Amino acid sequence: MTSTEYFIILIALLVFIVVFQISKASEYVSVLKGEKKALEQNNRINAFLMLVFLVVGLIAAWWCNHLLYDKTLLGLPAASDHGENIDKMLWITLIITGIVFFITQILLFWFAYRYQASEKRKAYYYPHNNKLELLWTVIPALTLTVLVAFGLYYWFKITGEAPKNAAEVEITGHQFGWEYRYPGKDKVLGRQHFKLVDAAKNNPLGQDWKDAANHDDLHPTEMHLVVNKPVKLIIRSQDVIHDVGLPHFRLKMDAVPGIPTTLWFTPKYTTEEMKKITGNENFVYEIACDQMCGVGHYSMRGVIVVETQEEYNKWAATQKPQFLTAYPSGVVPADNAASGTAAPASESQPVALAGE
Amino acid sequence: MSNEAAIHPGVISHGFQEHQEAHHHHESFITKYIFSQDHKMIAKQYLITGMVWAFIGGLMSVLFRIQLGYPEATLPWLEDIFGHWAKGGKISPEFYYALVTMHGTILIFFVLTAGLSGTFANFLIPFQVGARDMASPFMNMLSYWFFVLSSIIMLSSLFIQTGPAAGGWTVYPPLSALGDASIGSKTGMDLWLISMALFVVSQLLAGLNYVSTILNMRTKGMTMTRLPLTVWGLFFTAILGLLSFPVLLSGFILLLFDRHLGTSFYLSDIVIAGKILPNEGGSSILYQHLFWFLGHPEVYIIILPTMGIVSEIMSINSRKPIFGYTAMVASLFAIAVLSFLVWAHHMFVTGMNPFLGSVFVLLTLLIAVPSSIKVFNWLTTLWRGNIRFTVGMLFSIGFVSNFISGGLTGIWVGNSTIDIHVHDTYFNIAHFHIVMGVSAFMGMFAGVYHWFPKMYGRYMNNTMGYIHFWVTLVCAYVIFWPMHYEGLAGMPRRYYDYSTWESFKQFVELNRVISFAAFVSFMAQILFLFNFFYSIFKGRKVTTKNPWGATTLEWTTPIRPGHGNWPGEIPEVHRWPYDYGKDGVDFISQTEPVSKNESGGH
Repeated sequence: MTSTEYFIILIALLVFIVVFQISKASEYVSVLKGEKKALEQNNRINAFLMLVFLVVGLIAAWWCNHLLYDKTLLGLPAASDHGENIDKMLWITLIITGIVFFITQILLFWFAYRYQASEKRKAYYYPHNNKLELLWTVIPALTLTVLVAFGLYYWFKITGEAPKNAAEVEITGHQFGWEYRYPGKDKVLGRQHFKLVDAAKNNPLGQDWKDAANHDDLHPTEMHLVVNKPVKLIIRSQDVIHDVGLPHFRLKMDAVPGIPTTLWFTPKYTTEEMKKITGNENFVYEIACDQMCGVGHYSMRGVIVVETQEEYNKWAATQKPQFLTAYPSGVVPADNAASGTAAPASESQPVALAGE
Repeated sequence: MSNEAAIHPGVISHGFQEHQEAHHHHESFITKYIFSQDHKMIAKQYLITGMVWAFIGGLMSVLFRIQLGYPEATLPWLEDIFGHWAKGGKISPEFYYALVTMHGTILIFFVLTAGLSGTFANFLIPFQVGARDMASPFMNMLSYWFFVLSSIIMLSSLFIQTGPAAGGWTVYPPLSALGDASIGSKTGMDLWLISMALFVVSQLLAGLNYVSTILNMRTKGMTMTRLPLTVWGLFFTAILGLLSFPVLLSGFILLLFDRHLGTSFYLSDIVIAGKILPNEGGSSILYQHLFWFLGHPEVYIIILPTMGIVSEIMSINSRKPIFGYTAMVASLFAIAVLSFLVWAHHMFVTGMNPFLGSVFVLLTLLIAVPSSIKVFNWLTTLWRGNIRFTVGMLFSIGFVSNFISGGLTGIWVGNSTIDIHVHDTYFNIAHFHIVMGVSAFMGMFAGVYHWFPKMYGRYMNNTMGYIHFWVTLVCAYVIFWPMHYEGLAGMPRRYYDYSTWESFKQFVELNRVISFAAFVSFMAQILFLFNFFYSIFKGRKVTTKNPWGATTLEWTTPIRPGHGNWPGEIPEVHRWPYDYGKDGVDFISQTEPVSKNESGGH
C-alpha cells in the first residue's frame, strides 16, 4: 500500500473515533441536562436541517442540471423520426412529474420543519377525509390517463409496420461484436440457418449458398444508412441475448437467439451534419450493446454511418458480396450440402415488432 | 401458546405460567440463541444475518465503484487480496461482472427480502396481532435455517475457481445457461441456482407462517381493521411471496435442466465458442416471463413492509393518526394485485408483441395511483402534527422523499415509449436504486432504530443515528440523482469501462464524484453497524415499557419480554391503533376500552 492509502485509512479511523467519542459524550450531556431538554434541542436541530436540506437540495439540483445538461442528449435533436416522438413524450412526462416532484418534496420537508414538536401546539386529530382522498385518487388517475394515451399513441407509431420503401439491413450480434448484412441488388436477404455457420469457410452468418438470393448479399464491417430513407433492421443473435442500442436515434431492440426481431426508423441527419450539431468532430453514431452479454459486454460497439444517397451508392459499389469471398469462382461446389448439415427447408421468419 | 389464553383467561393463564417456567428451565444456549423457536430471536437472527450480507453486498459496490470512478487507478493491495481477479491492482472485467451480479442478488434477495421481511414480520406480527408466537414456531425456525443454508451455498460460490454467477442478478439465459458464454456461468451459476432454490423454500415456509398467524392468531378484539399498517404491509408481502416465488423456482429448475440435461426450454439457434449447439425451438424470452413474474412482485415484497413500517413510525412521531387508514390498506391491496399484472414492462424491448406491451404500459402506470395516494396520505399525516425527530422518524421522512423521487421516474420507465430510449441505461439504475434500494433501506433503518428498544431493552445512540441519517440521505442523492443525466445520455448500465465510447466518455469526473459519495455512504453504514452492536451491550437502558408513547400491543409487554411475550394474559383490543391526539389525549393504547364520553372519531 502506498503512503496515501495508509493516510486515507488513518483519516477514516480518526473520523470514526471522533464521531464515536462525540456521540458517547452527547449521551452523557443529555443525562446531565435532562433528557427532555436534550430531546427538544435535537428536535430543533433536525427540523432546521430538514429546511436546509430542502433549500440546499433544490439549489444542488439546479446546479447539477447546469453542469450536466449539455452532456446528455436532452439538448440535441433526436436523429430519427421516432426519436422526435420519444423526446416529446419524455418532455411531457418530465414536466408533469417535475411539477409533482417539486410540490411533494417541498411539502414534505416544509411540513417536517413547520410542524416540529412544540409545547404550545397540540397535534390535530385528523384521521381521514373522503373528499380529499377522492381528490388525490382522481387527479393522478386522470393525469396518468393522459400520459398513457400519449405514450401509446407514439408507441404504436414507433412499433407500427415499416413503410414499403424501407431498406432492409440485417444486424447480428455475437460475443462481442456486430455483423451486418445487406440484401444486395435483388433487395432480398438470402436464406440463412445457424447450422450453416462456419467462419473457417467464410460463412460467419450461416448463409445458405444454394439460395441464389444470397449471392449478392453484402457483409460490410460498418453499417451505412441513407439519410431520410426509412430503414428496417432485422436483428439476430448467434449466442446470447444482445441489444441494439441506438442512443442518438433514441431506440433499442434486443437481439434474441432463435427469435429475430425488427426495428425501423428514418435517420434524419447524416453523420457529417451531426458533427456540426453536436460541435464534436469525432461524432459517430454508435451501436451500444444494452443487454448484459458476458465479459466483453462493455466493448460491444458498432458504428453507423448515415450519409446521402450518392455517398451511399459509392460506398455500396465498393463492397464485395460475401459469396465471392467464400467462393471466388462464383460457383457453388456440388458438395455444398455436405459442408453444412442439410439446409433447412424454410428460413426462420423475423418476428415482426408489429403483428406483421 | 395460543390465543386461547385470551379467550379463556382463567383456564389457560395458569397453564401458561407453568409452561413458561418449564421453558426457562430447559432453555440452553443452543435452544435460546441458535435453534430458537422464539419469534423475537428468529427476527434478530434474520436481522444480523441480513446485516452480514448487507456488509458484503455493500462492499462489492465499493469495489466496482473503484473501477467506475477510477478506471485508470492501479491499487496493488487489490491484487494482494483478490489475486488474479485484480491482476496488477486493477479489477478485471470478470471480477467486475461477478461483483455487480452478486451485489444485486445479495441486496435484493438476501438483505431486502429475507433480512427485511424476516426481521420485521417475525418480530412484529406476533407482537402486534397479540399472539405468543408464530402459528408454527418450528416451521419458522426451519425457514431461518433454510435461509442460512442458502446463504452458505451462495457465499461458497464466491470462493470457487471460476467465481460466482456473473450474468447480472436476473441471470438471463442463454448467457447463464452456457458455461462457454461466461466464466460465471460455470459452477458458480449452479451454486447460485441451488442457493436460490433453497432461498425460495425458506421464503415459502416463512410466508405461510406469516399469513396463518395474521389470519388465525389475532387476540380478542383485534379485527382485521384494527391491525396496524405494519401488519397489513407484511401480510400483503407474504401473500405476494407465496404466489410468485414458486414461479421463479420453476423457471430456475428449467434453467438447471437446460444446463445439465440437454433440454431446450430457453435455448435455440446458438453458435458459441465456434460450436454449433443442437438446441432448437426454445425461447430465452420464456425465462424472462417466468423471472419477472416473481421479479416485479419482488420489488413490492421489498417495499410493502417498509411502507407499513413508515406509516406506523410517522403516525407515532407526528402524534397524530395515520391519515386515511382505509385508503392506506386499500392502496396496499391495489398495489399487491397490480404487482402481478405488470411484469412484462421489464421486457418492452425484447421484441414482445407491441400490443401486449401497451397493455402492460396501462397496468404499470395504473400502479402509480395507489402509490400517489400513499404519498399524499403520508404528507397529510405530517400536516399539523407535533413532530418528534427520533432517528426512526428521520428515516421515515427520508423514505418518503426517496419514494417520491424514485416513484416519479417509474412513470418514465413504465411508459414503453420512453423506456425504448432509457431501458438498461443509468436512468434505470437511478430509478430502481432510489425507489426500492435507498427507500427500502431507509424504511428498514427506521424500523431498526424504532424497535431496537423492544429488541434489546436499550436505545441505539442518537447522535450516531442522526449522523447516519443525514450522511446517508445526502450521499444517496449525490450518488443517484446525477445518474439520471447519464441515463439521458444513453449511457448503458453494466459497462466495465466507458473510455472507448464517443457517446458516453464525458462523465469521467461525475463518475468519480459518485464513487466518492458511495465510499462515504458505505462508511456511514459501518457507523450504523457499529452503533447497533455497541448499543446491544452498552446502549442507554430502556426504563419504561412504552418509550415512544405508542398505542400498539408490543409496547404493553415487559421491557424484555420472555418467550410468550406477555407474562400474564394476552391483552384484549378495543380500538384501532392510531388514536393519537384524540380528544386532546396524547395517545390511547389499543388495550384501552372506549369510554362513553369519547368522541366518535374513527
